[in-house]
Amino acid sequence: MRSAVVVFPASNCDQDVARALEKVTGTAPHMVWHADSALPEVDLIVLPGGFSYGDYLRCGAMAAKTAIMADVVRRAGAGTHVLGICNGFQILLETGLLPGAMLPNANVHFVCRDVHLKTERTDTVFTRHYENDALLRIPVAHHEGNYFASDQVLDDLEGSGQIVFRYADENADITEDANPNGARRNIAGLINGRGNVLGMMPHPERAVDDAHGGIDGLPLFRSLLDALS
Amino acid sequence: MTEITKELVRDHGLSDDEYDLVVKHMGRTPNITELGIFSVMWSEHCSYKSSRVWLKKLPTSGPQVIQGPGENAGIVDIGDGDAAVFKMESHNHPSFIEPYQGAATGVGGIMRDVFTMGARPVANLNALRFGAPDHPKTRYLVGGVVSGIGGYGNCMGVPTVGGEVNFHPGYNGNILVNAMTVGVAKADRIFYSAAAGVGNPVVYVGSKTGRDGIHGATMASAEFDDQSEEKRPTVQVGDPFTEKLLLEACLELMSGDAIVAIQDMGAAGLTSSSVEMASKGQVGIELDLDQVPTRETGMTPYEMMLSESQERMLMVLKPGSEERAADIFRKWELDFAIIGQITDTNRLVLRHGGAVVADMPLHPLTEQAPSYKRPWVATEAAEDIGDLSYPDTSAFDAVLLRLLACPDLASRRWIWEQYDHSVMANTIQKPGGDAAIVRVGDSAKALAMTTDVTPRYCKADPFEGGKQAVAEAWRNLTAVGATPLAITDCLNFGNPERPEIMGQFAGCIEGMAAACEALNFPVVSGNVSLYNETNGEAIPPTPAVGGVGVLKDLRKSVTLALKQTGSTLYVIGEATGHLGQSLFLREILGSEAGPPPPVALDVEKQNGDFVRKAIGEGLVLACHDVSDGGLIVALAEMAMAGGIGVEITSPPQGPALWHTLFGEDQGRYIIEIETHKRDAFEKRALDAGVSASQIGLTGGNRLDLPGIAAIPIEKMRAANEDWLPGYMAS
Repeated sequence: MRSAVVVFPASNCDQDVARALEKVTGTAPHMVWHADSALPEVDLIVLPGGFSYGDYLRCGAMAAKTAIMADVVRRAGAGTHVLGICNGFQILLETGLLPGAMLPNANVHFVCRDVHLKTERTDTVFTRHYENDALLRIPVAHHEGNYFASDQVLDDLEGSGQIVFRYADENADITEDANPNGARRNIAGLINGRGNVLGMMPHPERAVDDAHGGIDGLPLFRSLLDALS
Repeated sequence: MTEITKELVRDHGLSDDEYDLVVKHMGRTPNITELGIFSVMWSEHCSYKSSRVWLKKLPTSGPQVIQGPGENAGIVDIGDGDAAVFKMESHNHPSFIEPYQGAATGVGGIMRDVFTMGARPVANLNALRFGAPDHPKTRYLVGGVVSGIGGYGNCMGVPTVGGEVNFHPGYNGNILVNAMTVGVAKADRIFYSAAAGVGNPVVYVGSKTGRDGIHGATMASAEFDDQSEEKRPTVQVGDPFTEKLLLEACLELMSGDAIVAIQDMGAAGLTSSSVEMASKGQVGIELDLDQVPTRETGMTPYEMMLSESQERMLMVLKPGSEERAADIFRKWELDFAIIGQITDTNRLVLRHGGAVVADMPLHPLTEQAPSYKRPWVATEAAEDIGDLSYPDTSAFDAVLLRLLACPDLASRRWIWEQYDHSVMANTIQKPGGDAAIVRVGDSAKALAMTTDVTPRYCKADPFEGGKQAVAEAWRNLTAVGATPLAITDCLNFGNPERPEIMGQFAGCIEGMAAACEALNFPVVSGNVSLYNETNGEAIPPTPAVGGVGVLKDLRKSVTLALKQTGSTLYVIGEATGHLGQSLFLREILGSEAGPPPPVALDVEKQNGDFVRKAIGEGLVLACHDVSDGGLIVALAEMAMAGGIGVEITSPPQGPALWHTLFGEDQGRYIIEIETHKRDAFEKRALDAGVSASQIGLTGGNRLDLPGIAAIPIEKMRAANEDWLPGYMAS
């Protein structure tokens, strides 16, 4: 599997996800600088977490307007797989590759904690190594993770099975208390209709090693390796 | 031309005697720019004029020390060619005036100190002190400081992994925001600040210079009064995005060999960086201020030299490397300007608009700056706690729950969840334990780190309090299994011109020095913050200590969480049931009396070395040091963290109940041992001459003192977790 990680100014999880990819695939990803106008030929493009361009405007809004993102959109349209984590998810929303928008967390504070996620799709390229309805424990760390979309859009997403991860409690129940940011319908991760673009707020790259206190992020990278090699 | 009047001199914080010295060094009356430069360089903040004579007493060397105090940060050897680079610094005055920006730029400044030396920051910590929870400003200050620390560190992508917080009316008028950064570098790729090479270009990089923060260093060298709010314009504004770019650009440039010397522009900005670099290198420096990138038009030399705009660095480059360096900074969209050159004159010369606007000797600004042995009086010994009216035994559970919910013991989760503590994917022990643990790259090695001081102990007995601050940092590192290496310190005190404050300072330093010596735990960097007073009321003496240790194999670290049912719990270390200055005394009996518990440094070392060895050999399931709140609070914390209860075997009766369980005797740990290893463990302790007594067994879901109380873990958690979020929401 050939992969690329796009590095925006003030991306700050680019190295973390590169390490996770290398650990799982055995190959280091291409690190692609934001000022480059085109990506190399790869099977997977990762938009990492961080504060692209400082996120002084709406998160991801600046990044969405870059030349490199135009190429990402083109590649996604041609079927290349794209994974957006945290700020990467925000950028995917801003480019329109995924529907909806991110609001500041409901309690207006940054939140960094381990959350439980219920896996609702295990037949995607990103999640095939998870058990059905698996309950994962993976950290979140963000200030704008309060996913918003209209009822109509949410119903459509549910109808077409595009909700991949939801915040849950330790019993896998989808509750308000388990929702760290106020995201509508506890949405933590979404996939596009074609199944090649996934955005998620939690950080799977921070759960790939026993030293992290959990390895529930590993199957995600293994799924990609398996599907895209 | 501004006339230099007596009033202007005093406005610059210089005494009449100091001004006479300025004139003598200059051989003439200084102009306004020169006066401004003298004033910031001779400010307490930059010159350490009241503290220098005392700081010399601190041990600063050891085989592990690569760089001691005097550079941007201290450096210790952590093996395999790696080095840990760290420092702690105060941002107290600005944070009180503008909590978000004050705290944010404190974090930004300390990170620059670390990456200036070629290290990538891998962890941030802090030590925070606020006023009483019921003081009208406290909630606002807590909220602002926590958001500011998070806002800066989170954007930088450096995890904030630990810290400490106290609340006390003694900080109502002056909060303390001490920020610490730990970085990792290759020991043979470290960058220093001493300029060299006559004719070498002096380069400015980073943000543009604006009119913000002018006189920040002078503000931090004076007391507050009721008009302190008016000092808001002296507070700098942080831009973590630019700093992240600056970090990456500097590290990229540092991977080559273009840099001769580098220093960040922190307090006193362009002045202190240029003066200190040239002075350290025994050279001179000439700057053309027309080349300084500015944010506003019409800035005067005075403003440019005294601005404390953030996210800027000054470098001396090797000749011929300018283009390569400029390319890197252009790539990161940062300013890059050649603003001067190194000379052999030992003078600072500034040009502006074609004219020389300052020409002054360097050494009077630095090593020949005033240094005072200020008069001091020793702090009087605290009176004994006297006769106590103990609570009724039946109130035991209420007493414990109240303590677990008191502001100094309540869970800090509300704070540390606002800090990204897991970015960089190397955080092995997150906030909430005795020490944070951060892995070094992909290796099996890790750094442990902690910040500690108990101000109420320091106030009652500065010498014992100073000892205790160092010993507790050492103990916290030991409790996770790490080998303590060295400390950084942040010495926060009141007005040094008052003999009783100077007495506190002297006592704390002597105590710290004794502990550093006994524990082989030298000081490698630090900062002094004086004049933490408002209207004549000083803060409690607060010498915050940041300790760093190393774990060769991170798999051998332990946490404080109880691990399994049926284990045996031991207390390592002896106790007399010392209640003086304890939280029990303050929170339950309403008294802040008595001497603090003394630290017996030889016993401290013996107990700690024993515990560390036992952890390293895999014998210990969980470990927690005994500190604020005594044994019972330590046990409750272990039970809450692990979700496993404790039964205390034969709890003491009568007054001994309170003394034994709530006394804060030092040098102690609680450890969890598998019960079948009990005999072997006890023999070990006996052989080592260490006191190890069984205190109870793990199991169930309560903290059980047969015949006295049985408190469910859930109830303790609720008390401990609910206070801070409840307070901040109210």
